[in-house]
Amino acid sequence: MTRAEKNLHTGRRGILLGGGGLLLATLWPAASSRAATGMLVEDAPAPFAPNTYIRITPDNRITLILPNIEMGQGIYTSSVMLIAEELGVDLAQVEMEAAPPGSAEITGGSMSIMTEWMPLRQAGAAARTVLVQAAATRWGVGPESCAVGSGIITHAPSGRTLTFGDVAVDASKLPLPKEPPLKAATDYRLIGKPQHRLDSAVKVEGAAVFGIDVRVPGQKIGTVAACPVVGGTLRGLNRDAAMAVRGVVAVLVTDAKDAVCVVGEHYWAARKGLQALRVEWNVGPNGDVNTRTIYDQLHEGLKGPAIVPSPKGDAESAIAKSHASYSAIYQQPLLAHAPMEPINCTAHVRPDGCDVWTGTQVADRARDTASEITGLPKEKITLHSQYIGGGFGRRLEHEYVTQCLHFAKQVNYPLKIVWSREEDITRDRYRPAYVDEVTAGLNEKGRVTAIKHRVVGPAVVARWDPPELTKEGYDEDLSVATLVTPYSYDAYRLEFARREAPGVITAWWRGVGGTRGLFVVEGFIDELAERAGVDKVAYRRELAKANPRAVAVLDQVAKDAGWDTPVPNGRARGVALQFAFGSYMASIAEIEMPAPDTVLIHRVTAVVDCGQVVNPDQVISQIEGGLIFGFSAALYNEITLENGRVQESNFNTWRVMRMNEAPRRIDVRLMDSREDPGGIGEVGTAAAAPVLANAMAAAQGHRYRTLPLLSPRNLEKEAVR
Amino acid sequence: MMRHGLSRPSFLLALLAGTSLMSVGPAQAAPSVERGEYLARAADCEACHTVPGGVPFAGGRAFPVPGMGVIYAPNITPDPDHGIGKWTDDEFVRSVREGVSPGWKHLYPAMPYPAYARMSVDEVKDIRAWLATVPPSANTPSPNHLKFPFSIRAMMVGWNLLNGPASSYPDDPQKSAEWNRGRYLVEGPGHCADCHSPRTLTYGLSADRAFAGTVVNGLRAYNISPDKSSGIGGWSDEALAQYLSTGHADGHGTASADMAEVISFSLHYLTPADIHAMVVYLHDLKPQSSDDAASPPRKPAAGDDTLPQATKGARLFASTCAGCHLPDGSGRQSPFANIIGSRTLSADGGRNLVRIIMNGSTLTTASGNQIMPGFAGGNLSQRDLNDIAAFVMTHFTEATPSEDKLNAAAKGP
Amino acid sequence: MQTLRVNGQTHTVDVDPDTPLLWVLRDIIGLDGTKFGCGIAQCGVCTVHLDGRPVRACALQVSQIGDGAITTIEGLDDADPIVHAVKKAWIDLDVVQCGYCQPGQVMAAVGLLKTVKNPTDDQIDSAMSGNMCRCGTYMRIRKAIHLAAGEAV
Repeated sequence: MTRAEKNLHTGRRGILLGGGGLLLATLWPAASSRAATGMLVEDAPAPFAPNTYIRITPDNRITLILPNIEMGQGIYTSSVMLIAEELGVDLAQVEMEAAPPGSAEITGGSMSIMTEWMPLRQAGAAARTVLVQAAATRWGVGPESCAVGSGIITHAPSGRTLTFGDVAVDASKLPLPKEPPLKAATDYRLIGKPQHRLDSAVKVEGAAVFGIDVRVPGQKIGTVAACPVVGGTLRGLNRDAAMAVRGVVAVLVTDAKDAVCVVGEHYWAARKGLQALRVEWNVGPNGDVNTRTIYDQLHEGLKGPAIVPSPKGDAESAIAKSHASYSAIYQQPLLAHAPMEPINCTAHVRPDGCDVWTGTQVADRARDTASEITGLPKEKITLHSQYIGGGFGRRLEHEYVTQCLHFAKQVNYPLKIVWSREEDITRDRYRPAYVDEVTAGLNEKGRVTAIKHRVVGPAVVARWDPPELTKEGYDEDLSVATLVTPYSYDAYRLEFARREAPGVITAWWRGVGGTRGLFVVEGFIDELAERAGVDKVAYRRELAKANPRAVAVLDQVAKDAGWDTPVPNGRARGVALQFAFGSYMASIAEIEMPAPDTVLIHRVTAVVDCGQVVNPDQVISQIEGGLIFGFSAALYNEITLENGRVQESNFNTWRVMRMNEAPRRIDVRLMDSREDPGGIGEVGTAAAAPVLANAMAAAQGHRYRTLPLLSPRNLEKEAVR
Repeated sequence: MMRHGLSRPSFLLALLAGTSLMSVGPAQAAPSVERGEYLARAADCEACHTVPGGVPFAGGRAFPVPGMGVIYAPNITPDPDHGIGKWTDDEFVRSVREGVSPGWKHLYPAMPYPAYARMSVDEVKDIRAWLATVPPSANTPSPNHLKFPFSIRAMMVGWNLLNGPASSYPDDPQKSAEWNRGRYLVEGPGHCADCHSPRTLTYGLSADRAFAGTVVNGLRAYNISPDKSSGIGGWSDEALAQYLSTGHADGHGTASADMAEVISFSLHYLTPADIHAMVVYLHDLKPQSSDDAASPPRKPAAGDDTLPQATKGARLFASTCAGCHLPDGSGRQSPFANIIGSRTLSADGGRNLVRIIMNGSTLTTASGNQIMPGFAGGNLSQRDLNDIAAFVMTHFTEATPSEDKLNAAAKGP
Repeated sequence: MQTLRVNGQTHTVDVDPDTPLLWVLRDIIGLDGTKFGCGIAQCGVCTVHLDGRPVRACALQVSQIGDGAITTIEGLDDADPIVHAVKKAWIDLDVVQCGYCQPGQVMAAVGLLKTVKNPTDDQIDSAMSGNMCRCGTYMRIRKAIHLAAGEAV
């Protein structure tokens, strides 16, 4: 989703002036966004540049209003670091708020740091410039004679000091510099140095408010059942039985009759009410969809017409003319997100306005859907963004906000809907299933002369952001790790045969294109190296030789993991190299397989070049966690359908890697780099399946090209061997 | 003709009325809805005539009969068109006690009419009176899928000659009133032998091996004769009574799967006196030795938070099982999750163990449902589930698991 | 009516006996540091202490509690050296990511250290593997438990 995402970052940031008139309005903003928030009290300066909010009140409260939502990736801390570095405050001094619609960004695609790297620092620098100017003017000295630290402006020669709050009002009257000077990297006191997360304490104490924790006076709690088959509608329900359950206050049905909600004084009453309801559904046109239907359709797409984006040379004839050719077909399943915080949303719809409380990666869309459903203008909608208990792309969807409003508009109290875990898994919007076929032309040494790669699957962007589908019908997200790799080929041809899966709605995940593409490409390169009888690191180094950053991480990981040292008895190693989400990484997994269905991951070593690092330990944390998230999916996860119904339902059937299966050791090294920052949230996840599949292939002597790696599909073949 | 015989249980009930949940008078002319409800519970009508989670008594539940096909329980709600609303009382009695429905449809012995015949005509009419009060349902269950020649209902005429309905029998004056009441409940409405006695070649219940246990629907219905090692001979009266009335007894684990249903829909409604009577009778049965005995328990130290983590089964137990059962098996948040001493941990090569891990179990208790989720059909493979079973067998008992037996158990009937 | 002792306070709540403690804590008493994750005791995010032992509040019916003392994340005593050491280790090592599972992880870790002063990796695995983390913070949790065990001594 990288490109799509980028284009949605349309400079809609604005500035905020709070109520009470005590503020420094720093920063710049679009008049339209001010109108949208409904909170702004005066005209702000003309638009300056993309930016975020800083609010400093005369009592010296410094609040940073952060454009990207915190869902575990540590973006609050990093965003604050970027602003604070230039603004001249300490991390402990600031309060954090989620930006409202109109100034919030879409949070996804590992884009946050890439997008905010300049604007947040510029915001801090510009604010500091006018604050210093205001102090200097008051003292009658030159601004260059003033220093800033910890939110205090000091004039050393006279020993005078002023806090930011002291000069906030004065500063608000000064023009903002268009291009405030930014610090040299060598002067950073925060950026690049590990800072503790700012949301740790509140989360460890259980005091962080996630969407599901929102408590509004007078609220009731509903739980929902949507038709288990996409496209079906309500046939019948036993309303009286549900209403007879103690604590149940209402049974609501959407106008479209595609979902019901039982509302209670508390969740348990609602849940028991929903069970008593005994809902019956007309399943509609998708009642006969099975997993097999979906895979058959994908395999069928390996033949016939396809879209060919940006071909290089004539790969087909190059392959035909090659000494040899080699092909492989890879298959990947539908995947659920299953974030730990079940889907929820709270809404209070009134004749004169509407409040929505939820965790969302798409604040604007959440606000807009509320406006559409209530018929209220956007400025009458207040969205209160909450901490997200796991995003992974799930909350790039906002259909649960839409659903909540369809119910909430029917009642006059604030309504919180909380999905059961079963609802969360069976009515998720899934990472698509894909089938890929890759063909390489090879010279007599087994080196690549040309690559042809066909991807069969849906174009997620076509539903999620239709203008981003190219006019040929291509979804550029699929270029990640396929068209865009660390490797150079003389001839390359990517083909996309679009097949939208029947009976499921497909969506983003933790790195859709990068994650799916890397599994195929890094598996295939491994196969080619195997076939050529060449060391797998050396084979990759040769292919990537035009790309020094890629070669550097590869060589470093080989060194760190002891690639050239003998593998301990009973173990095996696999390697993967990637360029995705703007970052380079090479990884090596060392595993043991005491049985065909048992994988012990002893150690993963990763070397990352994500350009300038903002908060190093959080980058490491994202790689660790991203790998483990990816290992769960790579080893275990697959959504299956029977008669249009998803069969996995809760954590008894949707398996999540646990502590006793996770690697005991993950070593991550960050390369020292002054390149612009790359993304990091999805980098580890993308590596997980290929590095594990390659290690398993080394351990077993044969390869699984189908995910999940431990599926019965693979293990049955094992029994035959 | 039954008048005399049928007043006996009622009389006994009256004797026990001090602890009874219902008021029982002497034989009444008009059917008693209240008594009918109690007997319908004792006879466990609901469990079979309801799809799990479905409308009570609306039928549709499937009963696979090995070698014959699948029988679907009919709708016995008072709906006139889809249920039994149009039946006369006599037709209902004939159906319950003799296995012949209106129109001379011979019932298949999934319906335990041979046992129900031990109930009197008036008692069955009481059941009818209560069933007439449940909400009607228009559900039409699937027709039976039976292989020829079993699809010919008239075959049952011959079967009934061999295995057919018993009748109420007089009390044994040598035995206590409790024993006689227990016999009535166990052999009559409770129809315990329908699962717990092996079947003969003609699918009749074996008298020689009565209550020695057998396999039903792929699950071991345990030996409930008072044999010390393979039956319930080692259980105290209190433990057995607690197990039957609540579904759990410390040191014996928790009833699960089909037995959990019996407790949920039937036994937990019975009076303490009736439960005691059943215990008296069961403990007085002829001991039968069987080869499915549970292995001796191992005793992990109570409160020990350490499980070995060396095998996949052990790791899976720690992650997916210990959340309820605790590493030492003593139950984390519910006494019903205390599995220590349960026969299911080891009996019959882990047959029930593996199936319960696969399919889960729901037990209704006085305070609500105790639910174990099933783990089959998702991202855990059958090998994973077998590995959990094998770990449980070796960690908590001295059993030696066999992969083949676990696989066979997993495949089911 | 059910009477419960939560964090040293007595609450009388009017709910069905089968109501899981989780919903009484979250929706009635208003202690929502204890999270909902699965409802079937598979994920551990609802872990609280019952008489000092970690239990899953989503599968603990209020009628089964009796006069047991319930402690939630909000009620952990910071003066307790183990509690203090665990929370400090979590913050020092930046364990949390999204943080949704972490109250349950902290409750499970405190419960473990109360019974096993200096747990081995296997003991940590055994006690903690019922607590899921989708963000994958397991290695830091393990390190934090070792760190806390060292500091709480």
